[in-house]
Amino acid sequence: MTAYVAGIGLLGPGLPGWAASRPVLAGEAPWQSGEVAPPPPTLLPANERRRAGLPVRLALAVCAEAVERAGRDPADLRGVFGSANGEGLILHELLETLASDSPHLSPTRFHNSVHNAVAGYWAMAVHATAPITCLSAADDTFAATLMKALAELAAEQVPVLLCAYDVPLPDPLARLAPADFPFACAMVLTPEPVPGALATLRLVSGTASADPSFAALAAGNPAARSLPLLAALARGVPAAVPLGLPGAALLVQVEPCSTVPPSPR
Amino acid sequence: MTPLALAATGLVTAIGHGLEPTAAALRAGRDGLRPADFAGVTHGFIGRVEGVEAHALPASLAAFDCRNNRLADMALDQDGFRDAVAAAVSRHGPTRVAVVVGTSTSGVLSCEEAYRARDGQGALPAGFDYRHTQDLQSLAGFLRDALGLAGPAFTISTACASSARAMLDGAHLIEAGLADAVVAGGADSLCRLTLHGFASLELVSPAKCRPCDAARDGISVGEAAGFVLLERAAPGDGRIALLGAGASSDGYHMSSPRPDGAGGALAMRRALGAAGLAPADIDAVSLHGTGTRANDAAEDLAVATVFGPGMAAHATKGFTGHPMGSSGIVGAIIAALCLEQGFLPGSPRVETPDPAFQSRVVTRTETRTLRHVLANSLGFGGTNVSLVLGRR
Repeated sequence: MTAYVAGIGLLGPGLPGWAASRPVLAGEAPWQSGEVAPPPPTLLPANERRRAGLPVRLALAVCAEAVERAGRDPADLRGVFGSANGEGLILHELLETLASDSPHLSPTRFHNSVHNAVAGYWAMAVHATAPITCLSAADDTFAATLMKALAELAAEQVPVLLCAYDVPLPDPLARLAPADFPFACAMVLTPEPVPGALATLRLVSGTASADPSFAALAAGNPAARSLPLLAALARGVPAAVPLGLPGAALLVQVEPCSTVPPSPR
Repeated sequence: MTPLALAATGLVTAIGHGLEPTAAALRAGRDGLRPADFAGVTHGFIGRVEGVEAHALPASLAAFDCRNNRLADMALDQDGFRDAVAAAVSRHGPTRVAVVVGTSTSGVLSCEEAYRARDGQGALPAGFDYRHTQDLQSLAGFLRDALGLAGPAFTISTACASSARAMLDGAHLIEAGLADAVVAGGADSLCRLTLHGFASLELVSPAKCRPCDAARDGISVGEAAGFVLLERAAPGDGRIALLGAGASSDGYHMSSPRPDGAGGALAMRRALGAAGLAPADIDAVSLHGTGTRANDAAEDLAVATVFGPGMAAHATKGFTGHPMGSSGIVGAIIAALCLEQGFLPGSPRVETPDPAFQSRVVTRTETRTLRHVLANSLGFGGTNVSLVLGRR
């Protein structure tokens, strides 16, 4: 299976968008930590916008960047969304209420606590009717999300929007499900070559040692496990990145599409 | 899509453990609902599985102990499921058998208990094992270890469509050549979060739920675990197979379906397309059929949009209660049972099907040969999944 990377979106500490972060990821500019500040989710209706939590704002921002770069109508894009801790912020509030003497939940908080809330809001934002699956695999979440996205692309022969996101949780969950900072990334993957595609990805059997650059950052959030792949894409040279999914000795083979520098868009 | 045989099934719901008691209850119109008696909740009725409290996990899997994984373990014990998976492992190798399973709330009951036992500083009890209970990945990790598998294992969580979506996601792994067999399905278990959550939405019926009845007034929360072993079906091999699966997003609201049922209709059409079948090839629809006013009405409209008026339709939640993320696998395994044995279950307590409905709501058990059944799962977040089952 070969997938063309048509667009990327990114938000993390010192990584304010794919376009702005590419030189840093490629090692051409130094990485400096910085606040992760997702823009307001203007794609959502005003009443939903006010209530949108950090996971929704993060994921919508990176999906919008990836789709814009790919020049795709997001309504038709199938989604594969992955998050280790999902709506843990809301879940924590609900668990506190359930442990109290008055276990009456807010109906809005309850329906926003489902793991696929982010996908639901993305679909609402872009009026998507294409299906979106939402998975979770603890620290292996990015690897599982990428594998599932590539499998769906190969099985259905359609473009797929991949999105991975995680946010820090409050105590007492923070220690049990660690995420040291907010992080999200998205990729539009297509089964056919498209103009402006950055690279191709292929899953192949094999093992390789992991790229040590950004290792510390990658360890700080399950979605940041995408950094070795993002760095390989930023460098624009062929690379083999371990998928990192237990039980699957697989490499993601990255082949840049051309030597033409990425479009400045 | 490539037809995938249901090489084995394991199911536990409030109407029984395994296929034989399930079939007997369905044929007799005997439900498994009882007045709510769980975690201090006494409003309405629930579909509580017998024997979960007394069920012990093997010592080697003790870290995974929580209500949800016990329920999953009980399902593995049914109808030769473990043996069938072991046989698949010897055929394909442990790394070629994947686990793709769905849950909405995983082991959250354990986390609820831990939050209730926090100390003065707000710390959780030292023995609380988040990763093996509350974490969504707990279910996939438990099954992988319990079945001795070494292939990819991850959890799908798309609310009440989780386990149906897991079957579609598992099918993609086989189709893409990343696995030769997949343990798919899911588990969801009773917890305060679900019971109080649906109460907060004012969607819990004070009586036993009556999906599709003119006087229906809400759901009865249930629990269930069900798994299928999916592998490629050979032409004419006679086994019931997943012939097609389709999904869609509503893009409309987090907890209300589109009133016109367009999202559900799209998922059904995509499932038919994937199966290479026409609407006339389907003999019955297993509805998501929760028992709320809005959900059942929108789903009926969706069924009529695809199949026209008069399609035989039934809902299993009047028997089992609403088992949340397990709904899809319960619907799929019961559909396979109906195809195998040639019957359609009726609808307990449904005396007057909603006169506005265009589907023919099956009220009494019907004995008839079925070619193909389509099963729906609809969830919060506006997620819709349809599965088509039949013989290849």
